[in-house]
Amino acid sequence: MMSKINFLRPDKNNLNTFLYLGSFLFLISVLDVFLNSFFSLNLTGFLPGFLSFLFPLILGFIGLYFIRIEFSGIKQLDLLNKHINTNNFNAVLSLLIIFVIIKSLPPILSWFVIDASFAGDTKDVCTGSGACWTYIKVWMRRFMYGMYPNAEQWRINLSFIALVLMGSVGYFATDRFKKYLTLYYVVIYPLIAFLFIFFFISGGPVFFDFSYGIIAAILSIILGFFIPAKYKFYYFLIVPLALYITLKYFIFFEEYIELGKLDGLNWVETGAWGGLSLTFIISFFCLIFCFPIGMAFALGRRSNFPLIRYISVGFIEFWRGVPLITVLFMSAVMFPMFLPEDFFIDKLVRAIIAISLFEAAYVAEVIRGGLQALPRGQYEAAKSLGMGYWKMHIFVILPQALKLVIPGIANTFLALVKDTPLIFVVGLLEIVGMLNLAKTNPKWLGFAMEGYVFAAIIFWIICYAMSKYSYNLEQKYKTDR
Amino acid sequence: MNFKLKDIVPQLITVTAVVLVFGFFTYNAQINMENRGIDFGYGFLSQESSFDVQFSLIEYDGSHSYFRAYLVGLLNTILVSVIGIIIATILGVIVGVARLSPNYLINKFAAFYVEFFRNIPLLLQIFFWYFAALRALPLPQDAEAIFGVFFLTIKGLYVPAFIWQNFSVFFYSIIAAIIAIIVIRIHAKRVQENQGKQIPVFLISIGLIFILPLLSFLIGGVGISFEVPVLKQLATTSFIYEGGVSLPPELIALTLSLSLYTATFIAECVRAGIQGVGKGQKEAAASIGLTPNQVLKLVIMPQALRIIIPPTTNQYLNLTKNSSLAAAIAYPDLVLVFAGTALMQTGKAIEIVSITMFTYLTLSISISLLMNWYNKKIAIQEK
Repeated sequence: MMSKINFLRPDKNNLNTFLYLGSFLFLISVLDVFLNSFFSLNLTGFLPGFLSFLFPLILGFIGLYFIRIEFSGIKQLDLLNKHINTNNFNAVLSLLIIFVIIKSLPPILSWFVIDASFAGDTKDVCTGSGACWTYIKVWMRRFMYGMYPNAEQWRINLSFIALVLMGSVGYFATDRFKKYLTLYYVVIYPLIAFLFIFFFISGGPVFFDFSYGIIAAILSIILGFFIPAKYKFYYFLIVPLALYITLKYFIFFEEYIELGKLDGLNWVETGAWGGLSLTFIISFFCLIFCFPIGMAFALGRRSNFPLIRYISVGFIEFWRGVPLITVLFMSAVMFPMFLPEDFFIDKLVRAIIAISLFEAAYVAEVIRGGLQALPRGQYEAAKSLGMGYWKMHIFVILPQALKLVIPGIANTFLALVKDTPLIFVVGLLEIVGMLNLAKTNPKWLGFAMEGYVFAAIIFWIICYAMSKYSYNLEQKYKTDR
Repeated sequence: MNFKLKDIVPQLITVTAVVLVFGFFTYNAQINMENRGIDFGYGFLSQESSFDVQFSLIEYDGSHSYFRAYLVGLLNTILVSVIGIIIATILGVIVGVARLSPNYLINKFAAFYVEFFRNIPLLLQIFFWYFAALRALPLPQDAEAIFGVFFLTIKGLYVPAFIWQNFSVFFYSIIAAIIAIIVIRIHAKRVQENQGKQIPVFLISIGLIFILPLLSFLIGGVGISFEVPVLKQLATTSFIYEGGVSLPPELIALTLSLSLYTATFIAECVRAGIQGVGKGQKEAAASIGLTPNQVLKLVIMPQALRIIIPPTTNQYLNLTKNSSLAAAIAYPDLVLVFAGTALMQTGKAIEIVSITMFTYLTLSISISLLMNWYNKKIAIQEK
């Protein structure tokens, strides 16, 4: 059954004719662009310049127009029409996107892989037009560890491995232990991690502080099992610190160490730290510090005491109103003026304090949003049970509020990770800073692109993973109201 | 007034702590400054600055005062922020709408753009554009003209300059058009309220804004001509374009990265806003006989804007604050000119950093106050 064909109105009666004709035209147009970009063959070279340029678009457009038949009964065709071919405008846009993808693939591929050089360890191997990954390979240690001495880099590795192991306790803990996990994460884990990263990486005499810390932590955890549940909170608040101080100042005297011929680790000053590991260290500490500070100011901003409220508002608005770079400037040039003359704070510590305070203001605003979103009933119910301010917040309000603001907090932490490169202001060089240093090396001039692409890929993976993780967390803790 | 000890004590402790900390800092600062022989004061602002700035909107050289250097930096910051905000808004709205498109390819393309650009640190993007991408541009003598008048070279973008004759007449014609449009809008509203008739305000406005300036060309003697940049040889190997307006590569890299980065966030705001308007609203509007245009204009947009505008303003603020990263690529913005060069020269750390911070603070707080006012104005009036 053949009915009259009207090419301006594709219809279902001549489905096959339109389908074959349309698909053919569409495929021809894609093939034209494909050949053009991959094999630099120009099928339409005989046409005048401008027309030759637009030819595939016109062809593809006509093709898509022909196959735009509603309710054709063919499942794939209907899906195609629904998704990329709903009307003329969408068809053109779809075609453009397909063409752009096909056009941009060959140069990207050839730059990244085909023409790129991987082998060797001097600049001479990089003669091709592609990327010089040799550069990244040679400078890898510097990009990862900064100016940290090569022989000591196992310390950084060990610290991070230990950190990951400690962090993963939460996944493998049994339910019996999960009760204490909050305490572990809030008090013990940061303490151990701090000792681990800061003292282990810097080494020197403070290495022993680290070992005291570990001993104190382990001892107090073991003793903790014999403490009745009622006092556990106070116990873990006081005992580990007390043990640590006891160990440091009363038991293990320095002479004792020298007697035992224990050599400390070499001291590595913070100026030598750098690269990606510094990015992690700064993000990690700022993350640990900014959360409690932010929480305190969020509560302060909703406090009933006017003076506390004003101070909190002032703090939050001040930090939110200024750019991070000026805050770091302040920590670099202005802050030393505010301290007693013989009092010196390491510039890494200063940077960490500055970033923590800065991000704390953002965390405070996010948490305040969560607190405001809770219905009044929650507060009233908690109060009617006779709970005081702290009990009410710790057991009723904050757990719910924090659950609500997981995405917001994750965004703030993401911003924190993305802000770490700014520490170049105080003279610390994490990965981006190291890249800038490496590209000015006379032996390796002209590879800025490779370096930035490399760092971009690393940051992208970190940030994307974080955002996906926060999404999962959000789904996990979602409670219906 | 009933004073309770329980209410007073925590506040007193907090205030005392804050006062103590500030007092400690001030005390130390005074001692430190005495020891180093620095005196505190803002008098240096009127002194001669004796440094040069390579890109400035107002006339400036070393003989001007530090205050003028501050103004130069501030204007450069504002320039980059305004351009960035305009581009970011346009791009963000397009991408945000594209993310809601039923077209699978467009949707994914927009999603790819957003996920790609917002997960890479802004500073890295700025470095990438400035040190890698823009360095790959041709030298001035090798540059090919874009549309015959633009020249994109390693030394910056050269665009033709407008040369106006009787610019004031043109300017007044635009102002007259705007006033006329406002009058017509008020009139149209009154007519609609009294008689129920609708006047095509939009078409009339478009017509006015084109016709009045056009008339000024025909009758008012307004003329316009372009000064196209011309290649000029300075030395055997050194070329430069003369005439027209030159935009330095720092400015290009900065606006490009700022707007590409911020557009991703604006796109998400726009998407959330449009998604936030209930489907029922659209259907209800259609069922009472509004045309699709009216549905968009009278029902969807007012509600979507209510959701979109507050977070978008926040992004504008972020963009303005992020423009301070200019210091990293030596674009002479407020931070570089004032907190950088001027601080190095005068050594007045406290004064200069405080002025810089105060400037950003004023900018942020005034915008947020404006936003709060706007929010209150458009908030749903609940009875």
